[in-house]
Amino acid sequence: MGEILKSLKAAIWFMFLTFPIMVIKVNPIEDTVVWRWMNMAYIGVGVFFLSFLWRFMLARRNQGKKAEESGKARMPIGQRIAEEPKIKYPAIALVGAFALTIPFWADMYNTNIMTNVLIYVMLGLGLNIVVGLAGLLDLGYVAFYAVGAYSYALLNHHFGANFWVVLPMAGFLGAAFGVALGFPVLRLRGDYLAIVTLGFGEIIRLVLENWNEFSMGPSGIANIDRPPFFGIKMDLFQKTDFMYYVVLALAILTIIAVTRLKNSRIGRAWIALREDEIACQAMGVDRTKTKLMAFALGATWASMAGVVFAAKSTFINPPSFSFWESVLILVIVVMGGMGSVVGVILGASIIVLLPEYFREFSEYRMILFGGAMVLMMVFRPTGIVTAMRQKYTIHK
Amino acid sequence: MLELVNVNTYYGNIHALKDVSIKVEQGEIITLIGANGAGKTTTLMSISGIVPPRSGEILFEGKPIQGMPPHEIVSMGLCQVPEGRRIFPHLTVSENLDMGAFLRKDASQVKQDLDYVYELFPRLSERRTQQGGTLSGGEQQMLAISRALMARPRLLLLDEPSLGLAPIIVKQIFQIIRKINEESRTTIFLVEQNANLALQVAQRGYVMETGKVTMTDTSDNLLANEEVKNAYLGMGE
Ligand SMILES: Nc1ncnc2c1ncn2[C@@H]1O[C@H](COP(=O)(O)OP(=O)(O)OP(=O)(O)O)[C@@H](O)[C@H]1O
Ligand SMILES: [Mg+2]
Repeated sequence: MGEILKSLKAAIWFMFLTFPIMVIKVNPIEDTVVWRWMNMAYIGVGVFFLSFLWRFMLARRNQGKKAEESGKARMPIGQRIAEEPKIKYPAIALVGAFALTIPFWADMYNTNIMTNVLIYVMLGLGLNIVVGLAGLLDLGYVAFYAVGAYSYALLNHHFGANFWVVLPMAGFLGAAFGVALGFPVLRLRGDYLAIVTLGFGEIIRLVLENWNEFSMGPSGIANIDRPPFFGIKMDLFQKTDFMYYVVLALAILTIIAVTRLKNSRIGRAWIALREDEIACQAMGVDRTKTKLMAFALGATWASMAGVVFAAKSTFINPPSFSFWESVLILVIVVMGGMGSVVGVILGASIIVLLPEYFREFSEYRMILFGGAMVLMMVFRPTGIVTAMRQKYTIHK
Repeated sequence: MLELVNVNTYYGNIHALKDVSIKVEQGEIITLIGANGAGKTTTLMSISGIVPPRSGEILFEGKPIQGMPPHEIVSMGLCQVPEGRRIFPHLTVSENLDMGAFLRKDASQVKQDLDYVYELFPRLSERRTQQGGTLSGGEQQMLAISRALMARPRLLLLDEPSLGLAPIIVKQIFQIIRKINEESRTTIFLVEQNANLALQVAQRGYVMETGKVTMTDTSDNLLANEEVKNAYLGMGE
């Protein structure tokens, strides 16, 4: 009952506060004032319901917390499903079959979109190493993506370099950039680290935009080759399908690598370092090296994803590597569930597919993502899928 | 085995250790006692390289280690159980233990040592898959000691293992400290506020006051010393 009263109060306040902008409309040309009383009613009703919903959800969440503290909490549904082998393996098989057969039944447009999803899965998993596991907030992640994309685009443009040759090279180059950025900023924490990495990302983009002789500036690089397949001639459809499979293979490789990392000693060291640096030092963990490794590994994947992106779109220019791209990848990681592989895959799918299939949605996507993030932080701070590490046991 | 010669350590411009000289012989248990803020923790942090000294020498088995990064010092066979336990709350017991063996590559030896610490602390063995943060204070202290043992140190630095524990658990832990010293010939450097207990297990002791070592003697002599009795043993009985 008290809740309803509170919501009513909020509604009245909002009606009062938005009165000047929502209700009164002055027309200076005809010197008339239009009173739009209906707007006030809409706001009143809308705020009342939203506020009530909010309170209801909060109450439910708090109940959940209490249950957890008293040890009575049930595992969340998602987790229970993920734990149950009877569901887990068929689910993996189903998703696998779906992913493998897409080019057979989807048209070129949709295959392309799914390729995009996979690129974001790679990016999300890469950033997940840095943010989700090592706990280093990197807002300039897109810089490494740009490094990969431009290294392939330029090498291909000038020397006709082969995709398969550049891919591993770009991986190493990305790692080198990761170390180069990581070294000076590792002593920073939290917000400071975020600001410096943000700056780094913007610097890379500005250099690409303005250094015309090197990167061809804002006009970008066109006619980048798609990956070749033993020199077999392919038409555009086949090329698109082949591209899809290349990215799928790389995404699977990423998933395997990240899963193994997560359950390895170094993965645990990242988590430990996040929890207690002094204890880590006392145990002989080299702080600098361990953090640099996270940066370098994350950058490696971003850079390889960049090569794939350049090859897939055959054209790149600096606006593809703006700050918003970094934010988008971060949203994927945070929304999906920090540190969780399944979560990142889910997050990438949502973030890429929603704006594609609901065109109207794409105009407001930043607002909606922002709103979604705030709600997530309040109601599900661990993300859609709560990260689970394999419990570790030492075997003979 | 370990020798500190005129070590000076600072926090910014706070002079925390003033010309501290301490000697630890192979195979013994020595203790460093002193009031709050005397600089005991700082001494251990300086040895471990986590708070490097500004001047002076620290020799471990004859080799100077001052200025070396902490992970190299650990790899030489010197490991610390930090004050307040500092276990990793979101790692399980066995994962915490594996963090202790972080620098070790010899999987089969690690496995042996794991069995050894589980034998030492059966309580931990029952709680292998429990998260560190959910252990009781006493269990956390056992875990902290075990985690350090997993590094296979020849010299074990213990910072106030009795902190915040019930007398019966403290007694148990001190028995185990003695056992570790006897069974695996691990040299132990014990920092304590509970001077009475510390001097009972240790063979020798150092007394520290406001950053300086003010006294050193065998435990028996210190226990009998009037000053020590008044200051650290609660009114000279
Ligand atoms: N991180 C720090 N920054 C600044 N000063 C510090 C820091 N750590 C310790 N000090 C100061 O150094 C002095 C020695 O502290 P230390 O922690 O070594 O004392 P302690 O003997 O271990 O005390 P306790 O028995 O309470 O643990 C104290 O005056 C303390 O305020
Ligand atoms: Mg102390």
